[in-house]
Amino acid sequence: MLEARGPLLAVKDLQAWYGESHILHGVTFDVQPGEVVTLLGRNGAGKTTTLKSVMGIVGRRTGSIGFEGQELIAWQSDRIARAGIAFCPEERGIFASLDVQENLLLPPVIRPGGLSLARIFELFPNLKERLGSSQGTKLSGGEQQMLAIGRILRTGARLLLLDEPTEGLAPVIIQQIGKTIRALKEQGFTILLVEQNFRFAATVADRYYVMEHGRIIDRFSNSELDANVGKLHDYLGV
Amino acid sequence: MFEIFGIPSQALFGQLLIGLINGSFYALLSLGLAVIFGMLNIINFTHGAQYMMGAFTAYLLLQHTGLGYWPALIVAPILVGITGMIVERTMLKWLYKLDHLYGLLLTFGLALIIEGVVRNYYGSAGLPYTMPESLQGGRNLGFMFLPNYRAWVIVASLTICLGTWFVIERTRLGANLRAATENPTLVRAFGINVPRMITLTYGFGIALAAFAGVMAAPIYNVSPQMGAELIIVVFAVVVIGGMGSILGAIVTGFGLGVIEGLTKVFFPEASNTVIFVIMAIVLLVRPAGLFGRRA
Repeated sequence: MLEARGPLLAVKDLQAWYGESHILHGVTFDVQPGEVVTLLGRNGAGKTTTLKSVMGIVGRRTGSIGFEGQELIAWQSDRIARAGIAFCPEERGIFASLDVQENLLLPPVIRPGGLSLARIFELFPNLKERLGSSQGTKLSGGEQQMLAIGRILRTGARLLLLDEPTEGLAPVIIQQIGKTIRALKEQGFTILLVEQNFRFAATVADRYYVMEHGRIIDRFSNSELDANVGKLHDYLGV
Repeated sequence: MFEIFGIPSQALFGQLLIGLINGSFYALLSLGLAVIFGMLNIINFTHGAQYMMGAFTAYLLLQHTGLGYWPALIVAPILVGITGMIVERTMLKWLYKLDHLYGLLLTFGLALIIEGVVRNYYGSAGLPYTMPESLQGGRNLGFMFLPNYRAWVIVASLTICLGTWFVIERTRLGANLRAATENPTLVRAFGINVPRMITLTYGFGIALAAFAGVMAAPIYNVSPQMGAELIIVVFAVVVIGGMGSILGAIVTGFGLGVIEGLTKVFFPEASNTVIFVIMAIVLLVRPAGLFGRRA
C-alpha cells in the first residue's frame, strides 16, 4: 500500500555548497510515508548538510528534492516549512529572548493534523512543569531537546527532520526521546533522523543510509542491521 | 512662587517640562532606531531625515490637501513608512550580511540627499505649522503653567513607546520578532516570512520617526535640518541605553531629556554637553549600554 503511494521524500543527485566548499556530491535517497529513516556517518560526512538542504537553509544546492509530488529544490525555507516539513536543528535552536511557552508556540501551525499541546505534554511531562520558566535557554540540555522537538509537533508538518536529538544527553533522556520517536511513528509522522549513535538509531529506525564524504555509500533495513554491524563499525570508526 | 535649592519653582518645573518634551522625542526616535538595529542590524542614520519627512509631509498635507494635524498624525507616518519600506526592499536588504559600516554609510548618504532635496525646494529658514485648535492654551497646575500641546506630546509619546514595548515583549507577534532577531534562518525554516517581517519592521521604525516629526511640527519650525540637529543626541541616547534594547531606548530617552532640562537649571553651561559626558562615562563603565545585553 505504502509503496503504491510513492515516497514522501525523494532526494535525487543532491549537491550542496557552503560558500566555495562543495559539501554534498550527489546524494540520492528516499523516505516512505510513515517510515523512520536514519542517516548514519562520521562527523563531516554531510548528514546535517543533507537535512539543511532539504529544509532550504544551505547556501547553494542543485539536484532534486521531491516532497508529496512537489519539487522543492528552488524553494525558500519558509515555503518548504509551509509545505509540511519541520526541522529540529542539532544545536536545538532554543531562543534566549523567548520564555518556554513562547518557544513552544513559535512555529506557526501550517496545516491541521498537528498534536495538541495536551498531547505534547503527555510525551514530555517535564515541559509542562517548566512552562512558567522565564528563559528557554535556562532549561537543561534534555529539556531543551524536548522543547525543540515538542514545538515542531504542533505545526501539522508530517515530515520531521531531527538532527542528532540524543547528542550530549544522559542515557535516561535518550531512552525517553527514543520512546517519543516510536510514539510519533505510531501517530503517522514520517521522520528523517541524523545520528552518529547507531545503537540508539537501531531502537527507532526502519532503514539506514550510510554517508561518507558527501555521498551515500551504503543502505540497509533494520532486519539487515545485525548482518551489517561489522561493516558499520568500519564506516563509523567505532 | 517658591524656591527649591535656591531656584524659583517656575524655572525648575519649566525646564523639567522642556526636558520631558525633548525626552518624548528622544524616546520615540531612539525606540525606532533600537527596533531597526535589533532586526536589521543597520544603524539607521537616515532616521533624522525621516523624522523631518514626517514634519514636512504634515506641512504639505495641510498646504495642498487641507488635511489637518489629526489626520496627518496617521497619514504622514504611513506615507513616510512606505518610503522606508521601499528603501529597505531596494537598498538595505543587500547589506545585511556586510559590516555595519556599509549600512551606516548608505543611510548617512540617503539622509544628506533627502535633506539636500528638501532644502533645495523649501529653503532652510523653516516653515510654520499651526497648533491644532483643540490643543491650544494650557492650564495652571498651581506650581506651574502647563501648555496643553506639550502635555499631549508627553502622553502620546509615552503611550506609543509603552504600546510598542508591550507588543514586542508580551505578544505572539513580538515573540516572532525577538526570535527572528536572534536566529532569522531558523525562524524562517519554521515557515515564517522573515524578509517580509524585516521590511515591515523597518517601515514601523520609520513611521515612529515620522510620527515624532508630525508632533514636532507645531513646536519647532518645519525645516530641512530639524532632524540632523536632533539625531546626534538621539544616537547618544541609543548608545547609553544599549543598542537594540527597547526598554533602554524608552527609559534613557525620557531620563536624559529630564537630566538635560535639570542641567539647564543648575549648570546651564553644561546643558549641551551633559548627554555626551554621560555617554562617555557609560561607554567606559558599561560598553554595552545601561540596558544592553553583551553580545
